[in-house]
Amino acid sequence: MNDSKLPHDALPVPSRFDIAKHLQAVPRSGIRDFFEIVGTRKDIISLSIGEPDFPTPWHIREASVYALDRGATAYTANLGLLELRREIARYTRESFGAEYDPGSEILVTVGVSEALDLALRAVLNPGDEVLYHEPCYVSYAPLVQFAHGVPVPVATSRDNGFRLDRAMLEAKLTPRTRVLMLNYPNNPTGAILAPDNTRDIAAFACEHNLLVVTDEIYSELTYDEPRCSIVAEPGMKERTIFLNGFSKAWAMTGFRVGYACAPPDLTEAMMKIHQYTMLCAPILSQKAAIEALRSGGNDLATMREAYRQRRNVLRKGLEDIGLPCVLPGGAFYAFPYIGDFGLSSQEFAVRFLEEEKVACVPGSAFGASGEGYLRCAYAADLDDIREALRRLAAFAGRL
Amino acid sequence: MDELLRLLKTNARASAADLAAMLNLSEEAVRERIADYEKDGTIRGYQAIVNDDRLDLDRVQAVIEVKITPEREGGFDRIASRIGKFPEVESLFLMSGTYDLLVFLHGRTLRDIAAFVSEKLATIEGVVSTSTHFMLKTYKTNGVLMDKEPTDERLKVTP
Ligand SMILES: Cc1ncc(COP(=O)(O)O)c(C=O)c1O
Repeated sequence: MNDSKLPHDALPVPSRFDIAKHLQAVPRSGIRDFFEIVGTRKDIISLSIGEPDFPTPWHIREASVYALDRGATAYTANLGLLELRREIARYTRESFGAEYDPGSEILVTVGVSEALDLALRAVLNPGDEVLYHEPCYVSYAPLVQFAHGVPVPVATSRDNGFRLDRAMLEAKLTPRTRVLMLNYPNNPTGAILAPDNTRDIAAFACEHNLLVVTDEIYSELTYDEPRCSIVAEPGMKERTIFLNGFSKAWAMTGFRVGYACAPPDLTEAMMKIHQYTMLCAPILSQKAAIEALRSGGNDLATMREAYRQRRNVLRKGLEDIGLPCVLPGGAFYAFPYIGDFGLSSQEFAVRFLEEEKVACVPGSAFGASGEGYLRCAYAADLDDIREALRRLAAFAGRL
Repeated sequence: MDELLRLLKTNARASAADLAAMLNLSEEAVRERIADYEKDGTIRGYQAIVNDDRLDLDRVQAVIEVKITPEREGGFDRIASRIGKFPEVESLFLMSGTYDLLVFLHGRTLRDIAAFVSEKLATIEGVVSTSTHFMLKTYKTNGVLMDKEPTDERLKVTP
């Protein structure tokens, strides 16, 4: 993001070379646009930060420092350190009830970001359609396009708690549909799937022979109900690429480490891309990840409780202001509806920033069906959340 | 531990309204529970955590390991309660291992501490021996680091 420091009026230097057509078709990230509007302003409260405000727990950082001290500076196996893959296998078994073989079914990646890219590139042929819920994480549609696939968003709204159901999926199904992408707990809505939803969606995937790519990066952060993963549904393991990572659960965004679990042929296919493009995830991050899985249970509990309390404060505050908001069951986002003020979500966010110096991301950054909403991340200091709520009340009162 | 207590342990100044919102309780319920904890002695007080090293205090802190012979009746408790009544004793613990009581003590000068040990502590019947250590610098106390950790600036907007 260094180039965001360029003066805004700097024109791109014209190039003799055309940019690849399928890349030209991909719009810039709405988050990126908003980042540039916020710029380097220091005097603002930001509820726009989609990453934990906790530093990585010390014992995890220390594991990395220790490894560096001991000279861990080399490549690892393409799949990742076997020790880490074993820990991942144990963790996914204990947490999600899914058995994966560390030797052939687990690939350590540079964050879930890379894993998403690998999963799509490994399976899509040009023109293949990918179903995914919208609003959704900013990278989904672009990654599908980079892989020469066709993104097919399924709009969700507050009326259905931002959950997918079978009828919505059926409506978008075509003979070219190959993949269904899921992200629950969800960025940006905080929605989680109920067990019966999950069962329905699994049945739908089986019936239509779809591959499911499930991004469960927020799985440790659920506040009211225990997490449930689609991979545990009958018949799903063989048609699922299960993605998870360390960024959110253990506050390790800068370490850039995550993983994909999938049947051996799919893992092998992803590995083929990974070995040539990335070679391996950074060794120091893998060492830290081992420590997180081995002894990071207490950190999870502490951070989860802190997020839960912030969520409660934010939701009550939004309720008091009169902004409808689906109770976010997971992740660290609330997605209140602001569509009744006669402003687009972009206008609302920009005016809120300018008039009250609070940054929240406009819902439209997460796809067309995010229009009318505002993403408020509560991975922020409680006092900041309270102050942001006071300012939101003042701002909404003036509109 | 009750989450309410845990929150108060990290920030005793949190208002009942704030605690209520965080815990999804009514303000009234929070006030009542705190009052109950105060009444039954679970909550014994509220204090600021001060970095004494930043103040120009005439103050010395010491830790004293004390060996005692337990009494037939009362074990260690009677002697401990005698020691605990001295206002210069800040904390006092019964320990397992090679000594019995650990005393955290403050005084104005080294001499104050020495006088306390030789005149007050060592003369208590049942005290067999003492071993005094002076504290030089506080890095962390009550779970709080005395130097704020530098935090890396996070980007203001991330996906
Ligand atoms: C839904 C979702 N998937 C993936 C990512 C990227 O995660 P990583 O840091 O593991 O690349 C994010 C980060 O915001 C996210 O919200």
